[in-house]
Amino acid sequence: MIEVEDLVTHYGTRRILDTVSLRVRQGEIMVIMGGSGSGKSTLLRHLLALEKPTSGRISLLGNDITQMDEFELYALARKMGVAFQGGALFSSMTVGENVMLPLREHTKLDRGTMQIMMRLKLEIVNLAGFEQLMPSELSGGMIKRAAFARAIIMDPALLFCDEPSAGLDPVVSAALDELILRLRDALGMTIVVVTHELESAFRIADRITVLDRGRILATGTVDEIRGSTNPRIQNLLNRRFEEETLDPDAYLARLTGEGAPAR
Amino acid sequence: MPAAEAGPAGASRLLEGIGRASARGLAAVGFGATLLSDSVWWIARGRSHGQVVHAAPVFSEMMAVGIRALPIVTLLSATIGLMLALQGIYSLRQFGAEQQVVLGVALGITREFAPLITGILVAGRSGSALAARLGTMTISNEIDALRVMGVNPVRFLVVPSLLALLVMLPCLVLWSELVALAAAGVYVAGELGTTFGVYVQEVNRAVSAGDLGHGLAKTAIFAVLIALVGIVDGSAVKGGAEGVGRVTTNAVVHGITAIVFTDMLFVFATTR
Repeated sequence: MIEVEDLVTHYGTRRILDTVSLRVRQGEIMVIMGGSGSGKSTLLRHLLALEKPTSGRISLLGNDITQMDEFELYALARKMGVAFQGGALFSSMTVGENVMLPLREHTKLDRGTMQIMMRLKLEIVNLAGFEQLMPSELSGGMIKRAAFARAIIMDPALLFCDEPSAGLDPVVSAALDELILRLRDALGMTIVVVTHELESAFRIADRITVLDRGRILATGTVDEIRGSTNPRIQNLLNRRFEEETLDPDAYLARLTGEGAPAR
Repeated sequence: MPAAEAGPAGASRLLEGIGRASARGLAAVGFGATLLSDSVWWIARGRSHGQVVHAAPVFSEMMAVGIRALPIVTLLSATIGLMLALQGIYSLRQFGAEQQVVLGVALGITREFAPLITGILVAGRSGSALAARLGTMTISNEIDALRVMGVNPVRFLVVPSLLALLVMLPCLVLWSELVALAAAGVYVAGELGTTFGVYVQEVNRAVSAGDLGHGLAKTAIFAVLIALVGIVDGSAVKGGAEGVGRVTTNAVVHGITAIVFTDMLFVFATTR
């Protein structure tokens, strides 16, 4: 379903991802895990074709998205759903209109049918009856669930979730995890979740990919990752802070501002 | 200030600053031009690529930029008309030529004041709103969300605003001309001891279709400028809410500057 081969990306001159390769199979939940600055958000943006990589190949549903033009990407987008971290609901539209937007843009269904489909999806994410509210009237957890409803309205083959449980209380976060599992089981979606929340990752993942400083440290099942002997993975799992070895000269240069410019 | 520093370092830094600012300005102009050509393309060809420009957002934008601006446009236009009449009579009285005030007022309003004042007003109202909306949408990933939904942001966001301004700004300008002329007429008729009917006849004689066309042609350019400046500035947002505030201010300043400059160039090119 998803194949990434030797992906290299830069932000300016800084290398963010370094020969990242990844495979996601049909119907599995792949969790991409890593700390801040590990490159996981960058990887997601490339999977969504929002950025152009320096080199490498990204194939979604058998199409190499690095070679596709705008219109081919728009056509592919109809088979993908994305739930952004902050929801990214359009603040000028009601929840219902937000959820219906992909249908309105891509199908010729009549309004009644669209509304039924919208209510169905809101029902799935436990937001039935909230379609008339504006996004500003929703809580953080509700916004995320509404974003899920919008992401799955076209019954996509691929679903991407960016930090689904970030900033939510444990109960709401567990409910979202349940929802992701249900979507995979009931609708057979292939799901990629980007997160730094360990608990949530272990609960939903079929396989986990651990990213660190732009490289893939390991890919494996939950047990394989848990049992990994890699010290950096163990640090991440045990929330251990890793003391960086200090180079006195570099430290002094940083303090006095005489080192290489930070830009 | 680095620019005030003496020596070659200060001078080169000043040059670097000028260079960078020029490059940024040029990039913004290029981006605006791309947006304009893309918009035309989507209007013409969008349907055949499954990206239809819907009518509903165009109408709701027309309400926002046009109809809701009516009260303030009416108030300002009446004030400007009255002011022009007052100043006109005052200055012409020096030559004993008060009777000629109608010509000055009528041409001044239709060729210059109504388009300029309405343009500036709409730049302040709608250009800033557009920049704020685009800025907020950019920082909250809404533009990315559109892309990954397979919706072209230019077609979805830029085209409705552009069309709405292109339709409504000329309408507002016509209305502004009407109100300003009427307000001027009330004062002129009273001051010169004639009637409003006579004033209307004189205005009819003074203003040709060409004068109206001159004003409206400028207005169409202003409409495009307001939309593009708002969108270009808005999408250049960096940072959070503070960034949105900054791009909103930029949109107003850049929009008004663009309008006044274009106005001058337009007049220079068409009236000599």
